[in-house]
Amino acid sequence: MMTLFEWVILAAKIAGVVLVLLHVVPVMVWVERRGSALMQNRLGPNRVGPLGLLQSLVDVIKLLWKEDSIPGHVDAFYYVLAPFITVIPAFMTFAVIPFASQLTWNGHLISFQIADLNVGLLYIFSIASLGVYGIIMAGWSSNNKYALLGSMRSSSQMISYELSMGLSVVGMIMIFSSVSLGDIARLQGETLFHFWIFDIPKWGIFIQPLGFLIFITAVFAETNRLPFDLPEGESEIVAGYHLEYGSMKFALFFMAEYLNMTTGAGLLTTLYFGGWQMLPGMHFALDALNLQGMTYECVRVFLELTSFIIKVGFFMWLFVWVRWTLPRFRYDQLMDLGWKVMLPLSLVNIFITGLLIYYKVV
Amino acid sequence: MDISPLFFYLFAGLAVGFSFLVVLKKNPVASAFSLVMVFFAFAGIYALLEAHLVAALQILVYAGAIMVLFVFVIMLLNADVPSFDVGRSTLKIRLGAAFLCLILFCIFVCVLKDSPLPISDKTFTPEKIAAQGGNTQVISELLFSEYILPFELTSLLLLTGIVGSVAIAKRKLGGSNAN
Repeated sequence: MMTLFEWVILAAKIAGVVLVLLHVVPVMVWVERRGSALMQNRLGPNRVGPLGLLQSLVDVIKLLWKEDSIPGHVDAFYYVLAPFITVIPAFMTFAVIPFASQLTWNGHLISFQIADLNVGLLYIFSIASLGVYGIIMAGWSSNNKYALLGSMRSSSQMISYELSMGLSVVGMIMIFSSVSLGDIARLQGETLFHFWIFDIPKWGIFIQPLGFLIFITAVFAETNRLPFDLPEGESEIVAGYHLEYGSMKFALFFMAEYLNMTTGAGLLTTLYFGGWQMLPGMHFALDALNLQGMTYECVRVFLELTSFIIKVGFFMWLFVWVRWTLPRFRYDQLMDLGWKVMLPLSLVNIFITGLLIYYKVV
Repeated sequence: MDISPLFFYLFAGLAVGFSFLVVLKKNPVASAFSLVMVFFAFAGIYALLEAHLVAALQILVYAGAIMVLFVFVIMLLNADVPSFDVGRSTLKIRLGAAFLCLILFCIFVCVLKDSPLPISDKTFTPEKIAAQGGNTQVISELLFSEYILPFELTSLLLLTGIVGSVAIAKRKLGGSNAN
């Protein structure tokens, strides 16, 4: 049974995560537009507010005030439902990602994670597998050939890459023998080996480099971002599954893409970059401050939170960076890569990890 | 402040409501989407019973994999015809269906009324499972120790299924090419 205090903390955590996620979207749209401009040697939005930061805000106001029309040839119920089905899983996934370690406050243990399920990773994969429904539903209910083609491409792509995504993480699960993301983040704080004056931590990237490469590729494919944005290949199928959508309903699809990016970045951080483990150098800073008791704990959590945000921010920028650097794959290349390269590689990764564990190397 | 009954009625209501939609919707794709919602509601009920692993697997396997396949098949085969001809359902058929439903309901009541709960021994109480590291840990250990043979046999069965489907698809492809 939960006490009132625990309920309040839980509600605060949920509200905090949802609010932050909602605010990440307009900021990321701005970063994407300015970032693409930077790479293409132009200016990007720079008129509304300082550095064009308020551009996203006025865009949202425009989208909210536009007429919410439903074309006559669609299946209205599922047409309206599809954007919601796309957005909700994007929010749900973040529930199991830890963003700082635990804090004891007045005898209460506060964990900075909405729910530390003992099925953590399975929960993420199951929710991620639901994201495909919104896209199928949108493409099918739009009653439009381009939209249906886009949704078909998207769903077959997501199903293909889900497989290698799931298998690439098995290596991490084998090493830490836990599927709880809280455990995985905590155990990555251990030292892998000493090198001169540096402590190399047991971050996923150091013990599972192949798994990391497969996972990050799969994340790009799952979020339908370039170089895997076949579902909305503008030059071939106009805009794909959200072709018939306008105003705020289109914006929901747009939001879902950026939310999925955020979750993907959070997952990459948690699994392969030590999650909330402090960045190199922060330990020295914390020790140098020479704090005691509660102040120490608060500063520690603050530093961990900052590290998590910096790491997630790096991956968010990587998404933008890659999008404006690489060209799009051809569809058969995409499928070949998924089934003939990524899947065998992830199986090889599991086999090698098994051998390493058997001979007690890791 | 226990609000789990509230959530139980929410998920149970959703399950019943969408089950009706599965049967009543004339469009097969709409029926399939409704069935997904039923699975989702079931997963919610499992999660309320603290069976998190079953809940996650319910969504991952049924809602995330099997139903996607269903939707694909329905959409690609363009089965946009009603699954049965409503015009032909006479009073006789309706009465027969109602009678059969009643019999099924009676059987369920008879079977479930007096039977004890299947968990008779106290090997897996919630406390013991929590002490051993949670559902996932307990089930994985059982699968890879006591039940390793059935587990491997099941995977062999699935492999046979995959090989069989590929073989059938290849033969049809080869036949059409030869013509």
